[in-house]
Amino acid sequence: MSAVVENTEKVSIEIDGQTVEVPKGASIIAVADELGIDIPRFCYHSKLSAPANCRMCLVDVEMGGRPVPKPLPACITTVADGMVVRTASERALKAQQGVMEFLLINHPLDCPICDQGGECELQDLALGYGRSVSRFVEGKRVVKDENLGPLIATEMTRCIHCTRCVRFLDEIAGTSELGAMHRGEHTEIGTLVGDGVHSELSGNIIDLCPVGALTSRPYRFTARAWEMTSHAGIAPHDCLGSNVELHQLRGRIKRVVPRDNEAVNECWISDRDRFSYEGAVSENRLLAPLLRDGDQWHEVDWQTALEAVANALRDTVDAHGAEAVGSLISPSATLEEMALHSALMRALGSDNIDTRLQRADFRDATSPQGFPGIETDFSELDNQDTVLLIGSYPRQEQPLLNHRLRKAALAGGHVLAINPCGFDWNFDLSQELIAHVAELPAVLAATARELARKKGLEEPAALSAWQTPSSVSADKIEQLAVVLASDGKKTVLSGALVEGHPAGAELRYLGALIAELSGAAYGALTPGANSAGAWLAGALPDRRPDGSAARGLNAQSMLTNPLKAYLLHGIEPEHDCHDPQLAAQAFAAAEHVIALSSWDTPALREQASILLPLAAFGETAGTFVNANGHWQIFGGVGQPLGEARPGWRVLRVLGNILGTPGFDYEAPDQIHAEVKTRAGDAAVARPSVEQAVAAQRASDGMQRVGMPALYGVDALSRHAPALQATDQAQPAVVLLNPSDAVAQGLTEGGKVSVTQGSASQTFAVHPDERVPAGSFWLAGGLSNTAGLGAMIGSATLVAAGTDA
Amino acid sequence: MSGAAKPVEEGLTEQERIEIDAWLTRFPDSAEGKRSAVIPALHIVQHNSGGWLPRARMDAVAEYLELAPTRVYEVATFYGMFDVEPVGRHKVNICTNISCMLRGSNEIVEYAEKKLGIRLGETTSDGRITLKREEECLAACAGAPMMLVDEVYYTELTPEKIDQILDELE
Ligand code: SF4
Ligand code: FES
Ligand code: FES
Repeated sequence: MSAVVENTEKVSIEIDGQTVEVPKGASIIAVADELGIDIPRFCYHSKLSAPANCRMCLVDVEMGGRPVPKPLPACITTVADGMVVRTASERALKAQQGVMEFLLINHPLDCPICDQGGECELQDLALGYGRSVSRFVEGKRVVKDENLGPLIATEMTRCIHCTRCVRFLDEIAGTSELGAMHRGEHTEIGTLVGDGVHSELSGNIIDLCPVGALTSRPYRFTARAWEMTSHAGIAPHDCLGSNVELHQLRGRIKRVVPRDNEAVNECWISDRDRFSYEGAVSENRLLAPLLRDGDQWHEVDWQTALEAVANALRDTVDAHGAEAVGSLISPSATLEEMALHSALMRALGSDNIDTRLQRADFRDATSPQGFPGIETDFSELDNQDTVLLIGSYPRQEQPLLNHRLRKAALAGGHVLAINPCGFDWNFDLSQELIAHVAELPAVLAATARELARKKGLEEPAALSAWQTPSSVSADKIEQLAVVLASDGKKTVLSGALVEGHPAGAELRYLGALIAELSGAAYGALTPGANSAGAWLAGALPDRRPDGSAARGLNAQSMLTNPLKAYLLHGIEPEHDCHDPQLAAQAFAAAEHVIALSSWDTPALREQASILLPLAAFGETAGTFVNANGHWQIFGGVGQPLGEARPGWRVLRVLGNILGTPGFDYEAPDQIHAEVKTRAGDAAVARPSVEQAVAAQRASDGMQRVGMPALYGVDALSRHAPALQATDQAQPAVVLLNPSDAVAQGLTEGGKVSVTQGSASQTFAVHPDERVPAGSFWLAGGLSNTAGLGAMIGSATLVAAGTDA
Repeated sequence: MSGAAKPVEEGLTEQERIEIDAWLTRFPDSAEGKRSAVIPALHIVQHNSGGWLPRARMDAVAEYLELAPTRVYEVATFYGMFDVEPVGRHKVNICTNISCMLRGSNEIVEYAEKKLGIRLGETTSDGRITLKREEECLAACAGAPMMLVDEVYYTELTPEKIDQILDELE
């Protein structure tokens, strides 16, 4: 619709007595919506195609002074000069009432036991257009329900066949999982074959369904729409920061729904953003501060706990110096929490602070110019002519950013990918170069060389350091370079597989170089919800809150050179660290491991010495700065469970106990304002191409390749039961090139034991030719990958027999 | 009805591809054109699959025509001439639309149901006959009441004729 409304050519129409100039080609319903005139509708949705199948939007139209013989559907009738539209004339109303009567013929009218009651489009319109008593005395039809999976509950007898759900999955999600089966009165919306709905955007069909046929399974029967209050929030999982509404009853989040923001998430949210709130009411919540005493854990009050923390930190500084203390912070912590952590560490005299837990290569320094992020506005991604993805599968990383790339591809743009593995894209990539993980830098360098040649530019001298790749043909690289060299709007995006790549710094340098050579914008699909915030708050080892440079230890060196005391914030090291095994070893050797966490987990009980209960999603106010640099503020909505407290409060009190100057904040907005003042007009900055990152020898032997699973990206998703019941959260499987599988004597369903360092784990095998030989795909953040080694790195594979 | 050979359970045979390709040349060379070939493709495939469409065969059609399987399932369930559940060796379609109804198709249906011991939509336990559900006008109203058995029309039906025709089915 938006494309049509942007038409600059205007026509003049009269609608309900108003004469207006409207864009040529717009539908009557879109025009009416802009003017605030309500036309009843079920099947129409501004983001979907218009099949005009419900007929609820019939309006009275007059053209050239003569009435059109029959009322016309406003959703597919386009405006024309001199058209007169009456949306509520007697004839229009009669038509609308007639359609309503037909729609209700087979509807069960079970509103009292329907979750949609009170927010149902059918209920609302029936009130306006329906009869008070039904004239239909015949039997109504009943439709058997199908199991669509753990997220969506169905009551298909209520379905009015508007096909919004069918069109959403077809047109937006690209999975086409639902269809209108059978015909006429026997029409049923379903999969026919019982496969369920698995799209990472599936929950949106709950919002789209105008009736109670599709409702949220986790929310089912837990509240009524009218008892809850709604509060603006920001989804805490990816660098988009989808805008959401939290619905709250008596201090508890009952559900999460999208809040429209065309610049960020449009009117959608991903299932991760929608259903992760369940993690905040999980039975694993940490409800009180705990102190370790040998093998025993004791519940203590906050004062005792924080004094113990202060003493631990002071003792460590006294005995080993401030450099022996370090902070590892979730990249999805709030800006305010990051700022206080940073100030606290610096006051202690340590610069050891980092949020880049998934990063493997730190050879490139933090930019002093600006924060990592995406130069192209999210909404502009829809219109790119060319997007090059490097080491990325955004469908899993940022589902709604992927939706924008999909739009670009459907509109004829070229989406290109250079990846260490093939993925299940929901649109057609123009070109996909799959190279062995160790060869990615060489492939990028070759692409940059070819691009320079195509552009007639001098080949940057540094590029000769990388050899010609062997796993990707020169032809393919040339084809890619041709597209990158052509004119148009272009963006290069680097993703999670760059972040976790042992030569990530090379990939970032080469990616930025390709952007430079092709005249493209650059973007980093940064981890978590607030990587930009970490830069702004100075929660980095080489950048202090005031912007001055420093030389602290980064997330990796804090673990390779074990420290004496660690402060962890919102992380589960067995999943969230790039190399969980390394983290476990470092923590085991430390004197103090102080973990601020919302969840009480066996791993934290094993690794930590003090556990402080942290308020979870919805319970704390704060700010996330997304990859476009939008500072998105949210309030605390629910009451923190048990003794849990918002992070900024805990840190403020800790600062007070430690005598840290300036820790007298009353509210998080004071911290926000302070960071904002210091940040000035800081914006997204791309990696520098001034100084080349040297090519380093890649490690030999079998390589594990992986990134956090869709619902394994952070603790909140991992503790959300419905998300964890989805197919995407099932135990990890080793995907292996068929040739390697044969060499190892492995077949589908066989078992393989993966060893990294001293950790071993057995997995089911799935031969998959999209994985280059000499490497295997094994995701992270899943129940059976906890505690293994680096997500991208050397590993040994040994067949483990057919039984586990 | 069904091909004499053993029913094909998955994929497409070479011959089927050739037949589908022949249909494809009659439609525009576009995604919409491919979609238009779904109906003829399903006819071809159903003929070789024992008179019905196993899922794997519909999926093969979807893959060949580059469509989401769901789009093929929609077509297969929309039209009465396709079956997505196993059927008997013979499909009996008694027309129950207006002309046939006025000429007594209700009694014919009742008679056939009683005779075979099954209801419309069911298959005899020996797998011999399926009585198809809700058959619409087959454009032979002049000979109402009528029925279609596999690919043959029978008109001006009477209980005696039903006995004779059904008894002769193997
Ligand atoms: S399930 Fe809901 S959205 Fe889907 S067709 Fe039925 S009424 Fe429409
Ligand atoms: S909204 Fe126009 S026909 Fe459904
Ligand atoms: S109504 Fe039976 S053939 Fe036309």
